[in-house]
Amino acid sequence: MNRLRRLLAENAVVLLFAALIAAAIPLSGAPPLYLLQEVLTRLGRNAVLVLSLLLPVMAGMGLNFGMVLGAMAGQIGLILVTDWAIVGLPGLTLAAMLATPVAVLLGWLCGAVLNRAKGREMVTGYILGFFVNGLYQLVVLYAMGSLIPMLNPELVLSRGYGVRNVINLTGVRQVLDRLVPARIGGIQLPVFTYALIAAMCLFVVWFRRTKLGQDMRAVGQDRAVADAAGIPVERTRILAIVLSTLLACYGQIVFLQNLGTLNTYNSHEQAGMFSIAALLIGGASVTRASIPNVLVGVVLFHLLFIVSPTAGKNLVGSAQLGEYFRQFVSYGVIAVALVLYAWRKQAGEQQARAALRGPGVGT
Amino acid sequence: MSGARRLLAEFGLPRVIIALFLLGLFAAAPLVGVSLAASLSDTVVRFGMNGILVLALVPMIQSGCGLNFGLPLGVLAGLLGATLSIEIGLTGPGGFAAAAGISLGFAALFGLGYGVLLNRVKGGEMMIATYVGFASVMFMCMAWLVLPYRSPTMIWGFGGEGLRTTISVEGFWLRVLDDFLSVRIGEEFRFPTGLLLAFGAAAALVWGFFRLRVGTAMTAAGQNPVYARAAGVDVDRMRTLSVVLSTMLGALGILAFQQSFGFIQLYQGPFYMAFPAVAAILIGGASVSRASLVHVLVGTFLFQGILTMTPSVINSVVKADMSDVVRVIVSNGMILYALTRRPAEGR
Repeated sequence: MNRLRRLLAENAVVLLFAALIAAAIPLSGAPPLYLLQEVLTRLGRNAVLVLSLLLPVMAGMGLNFGMVLGAMAGQIGLILVTDWAIVGLPGLTLAAMLATPVAVLLGWLCGAVLNRAKGREMVTGYILGFFVNGLYQLVVLYAMGSLIPMLNPELVLSRGYGVRNVINLTGVRQVLDRLVPARIGGIQLPVFTYALIAAMCLFVVWFRRTKLGQDMRAVGQDRAVADAAGIPVERTRILAIVLSTLLACYGQIVFLQNLGTLNTYNSHEQAGMFSIAALLIGGASVTRASIPNVLVGVVLFHLLFIVSPTAGKNLVGSAQLGEYFRQFVSYGVIAVALVLYAWRKQAGEQQARAALRGPGVGT
Repeated sequence: MSGARRLLAEFGLPRVIIALFLLGLFAAAPLVGVSLAASLSDTVVRFGMNGILVLALVPMIQSGCGLNFGLPLGVLAGLLGATLSIEIGLTGPGGFAAAAGISLGFAALFGLGYGVLLNRVKGGEMMIATYVGFASVMFMCMAWLVLPYRSPTMIWGFGGEGLRTTISVEGFWLRVLDDFLSVRIGEEFRFPTGLLLAFGAAAALVWGFFRLRVGTAMTAAGQNPVYARAAGVDVDRMRTLSVVLSTMLGALGILAFQQSFGFIQLYQGPFYMAFPAVAAILIGGASVSRASLVHVLVGTFLFQGILTMTPSVINSVVKADMSDVVRVIVSNGMILYALTRRPAEGR
């Protein structure tokens, strides 16, 4: 009985969202086969991005709001290969290779900045995302086509420089998803993308067991103790962010190859918010996140994404209301997760203080 | 340390760079054919429009709650007041006063709840405030769709649902503050006396408040909570009070902004309202834990000056509209700078 209760309490968020979605699916009137296809597609699209958040959580740096830096790096790679008209798997691989140094550099920058803001990594990473977005715009909107030559005039704004708002990634569209084609009962399965996700998951599992992974966990538990044990704390934290940024970069490339269109100035902004909301809906917290959290979270978040506009329309006659509701939930779940974390931390600190005062007082 | 060096250290390098940048923009304006008088006039008006929103950040910084990224909550209260006043059909100064009164009521209510929440999450205020702000903006998006407003100036005509995304305040209280005792100097310079008086009055009230016993207690609670508690200050109550004050000022701030701007922006309008205000006060020299009226005045002027001057000057120099990118980099760079200063430097 007690175990059951604990199980329920630990998975309260997941259960709540599962119940919400279970109620919304019949309301939306979406056919089950369509839902299944959508969820399977979106799982392949989004899982790598969400996976990229795991390592910084382990290193005690919270949710990596700076992951948008990686997403921007990935987009720069994609813009370049599209411009050079390198298509198919070679194009996508080249995009990833071009984006890698950018992602490592940005990740290192992000880690160094966060080391100067210990205790408020999340808000700092969040603002850093906006700041680097400004630099990204400077490059993409002004330098590309003027300082950086662009070959394909169709990608350039009519004024002669700057990249268009929307880029069709026809050359690399779904090349990963369709590499190993599979259809089961009318359902299309992106087998190769799933294999890639599995490989990433294995990498995370393996990485946790390496020396560096253990160090990261130690730093996440207690910086002072880790430092005393001879672990280079600052370096370990930077590496956690560099790896996270790199994974986010590849994640954004996987995401966009599935979608097939790149919103030059918006795609990355949504990547961060949606991935973090998905991870939290999957039952993760600021201090604990696992691979099951990622997979469950992506499925639940996207189910909500698919059904809420139609459910809203059928319930109150307004699709817009359903859309606002979905956004309200995305932001709300992040707010609630952060509140719960801070709440518990504060309670823990009070308990520690009470214990320090000795028995008899407040215990 | 030489005098100039000390001044530089006290004023902070980023601020010096920004001030010089602004000065350069003003100096370059006549050379590229931008009217200096018109630019100055615009800067002054925008200074007045945004001033109270920036001022709203002071109480929470002082009480130790950090930068109020939850400012949209106050803005939402202001939007409720503005729309309700128009719904009742009040016009002119009376309508504006009614909007302010209703807003303050909502703001006090929102602020109280928000303050109690922030007391339970000490240390994580800023990120939580951001997302509480975002979530409440989205919640109000739903409310704007379903609330039973009737005024034909505010709802969509045929087939639409809910309130319009932007509502003109023309015919209600457009520029009631701006035009009060306003003075015209020359062709292009208009001095918005009433707007600046309102800003000045709000600033004076805040200044006075921090000289009262309760204001000193609030500062003490922010600077050293343990010491403050030992001295008999109820730290949590001070923090809640500061959040209520900040939210109320935010509500008034958006009303002052709207009457000059001419439109009420609903739905996603308040979403990013906190960021320019936060950037402005930091440019003025505030840190995450200390802010004064000088920071508000200097920061608002510098930041709004740059926002006014970059589109006109930079664009005529490089023949490209880079103002938005400059705004993004300057404002977020400034917030980043403040967040990464070591505590010793922050004091």
